[in-house]
Amino acid sequence: MTALLSVKGVTVRFGGVTALEDAGFDLQPGGLLGLLGPNGAGKTTMMRSITGVVAPQAGEVTLEGRVITKLPTHQRVRLGLGLSQQIVRPFRSMSVIDNVTLAAGHAKTLSPLAALGHRHRDAERERARELLQRVGIDEMADSEPSSLPLGMLKRLEVARALALDPKLLLLDEPLAGLNHMEAGRLADTIVALNQDGLSIILIEHNLSEVLRICQRLVVLDNGRNLAAGDPRTVMDDPAVQAAYLGSVAEREEAVHA
Amino acid sequence: MAYEITLLTAMGIAVIFALSLNLITGFCGQISLGHAAFYGIGAYCAAMITKSGLPFPLALAAGFLLAGMIGVVVGLASLRVRHDFLAITTMGVGFLFLGIVRQQDFLGGEMGLSGIPSSGLSKPAFMALVLIIAAAVTAFSLYLKRSWMGYVFDSVADDEDTARMLGIDVARYKLAAFAMGTALAGLAGGLYAHNIRFIDPDSFGFVESITVLAMVVVGGIGSVWGVILAAAVLSVLPLWLQFISDYKLLLYGALLFTVMRFSPNGMAGMVAALKGRSKSTAPGGKA
Repeated sequence: MTALLSVKGVTVRFGGVTALEDAGFDLQPGGLLGLLGPNGAGKTTMMRSITGVVAPQAGEVTLEGRVITKLPTHQRVRLGLGLSQQIVRPFRSMSVIDNVTLAAGHAKTLSPLAALGHRHRDAERERARELLQRVGIDEMADSEPSSLPLGMLKRLEVARALALDPKLLLLDEPLAGLNHMEAGRLADTIVALNQDGLSIILIEHNLSEVLRICQRLVVLDNGRNLAAGDPRTVMDDPAVQAAYLGSVAEREEAVHA
Repeated sequence: MAYEITLLTAMGIAVIFALSLNLITGFCGQISLGHAAFYGIGAYCAAMITKSGLPFPLALAAGFLLAGMIGVVVGLASLRVRHDFLAITTMGVGFLFLGIVRQQDFLGGEMGLSGIPSSGLSKPAFMALVLIIAAAVTAFSLYLKRSWMGYVFDSVADDEDTARMLGIDVARYKLAAFAMGTALAGLAGGLYAHNIRFIDPDSFGFVESITVLAMVVVGGIGSVWGVILAAAVLSVLPLWLQFISDYKLLLYGALLFTVMRFSPNGMAGMVAALKGRSKSTAPGGKA
């Protein structure tokens, strides 16, 4: 079976610092993959290489067999990537539902001329309302994003990404900053989306939720692939344990220093 | 009556010019400090065409197209930079235009172009033409604001990076705004040249760029009616009160500062705030 997303031998350097070196993984259609690693492992750089925010010095990213390494972000989105960013960035001048409606109108915003030729938003608004319901914030549809707590804004990010009808949803730390209950609920939503057939890559620090919901894990450390496989096998890997325990020990040292 | 016709014609041209910048700065959030250059390109182009004996409608169309085409070239080169750099780049384009025109003898150089032929229309008919075009540009602006293009412009003005994450080709939309805005500025320029029938480089300098920006900002960035009102008032003020024209830059500078400091959404914002207040005090009204 052709992988939905394939990342091969990606190397990213920022000046003298190597953020990723020869890193990669495959995601099969319908998969829910967790991308893990201690701080500074290169997870977000990996995500940015996939989305096109960062240009790798070497390596290749393919989506459904098509090489997308040189494409700008907006074209990758048009090919089927839906992105939810680590730091929430709603359009603050628009209501919650308008944020999602704009994404739902992706067919109308393909070119300026097409956009100029269309006025009606009813169908897209309806779709946006369904998606807000799906992520559980439909009651906040007419609110301004600046009045919402972080947990709801994270859900708004997910709803907006879903409105693009993506083939692959990339979620960068969607649970960060949420309390235990909110994180559990959003994780359940992610599982439900995956069960509906959506392929998902989840970058997350919240290990317990990742282990609970992901079918497959890829672990990065110092920009390199450390381990990959089913969650139990990966977490039993001594190298993975050393990377995590090592980072915990370093953090404790830093606290005591 | 002749005086009123002069005022209304000047007002109508200012409205077209201000709405043209409103497409770029008001709708799409791209600050331009050199918009008068495109007004000038339209004016010089149209004037040269009627001076060569060709008809006035062709001159207007040529000014519109040439300004839009040069706008696209400038846009391709400069719209990839961020807002504050764009302000500097467009200011550079404004000075570049002045520098080039001043050196060209066939454009009248420093002395300007005089003897621009009449449009062939009587003064009232010319005024009617200007007002009809101003109404059409107003209708287009109102339509655009409610279309999906206006929706995308809102998102680009708000956060370009997030717009890209929604699959929006930000550079193309900015270019579209720039093309439309500069072409309409060129159209306004063609009308101006055939209204005054004399043009010189100083009519399209930095002061004019700041004046038109003041109209957009004072009216309320993005608000079509606010910008029309500001353009109407600010264009006739120096004609009404002659002494103001000596202090134009000072007045517009002070206006820009005051509006940005106390009411960043301009007159439209003030009206909305007042409406909100009266609603909130009305029984059962929402805040």
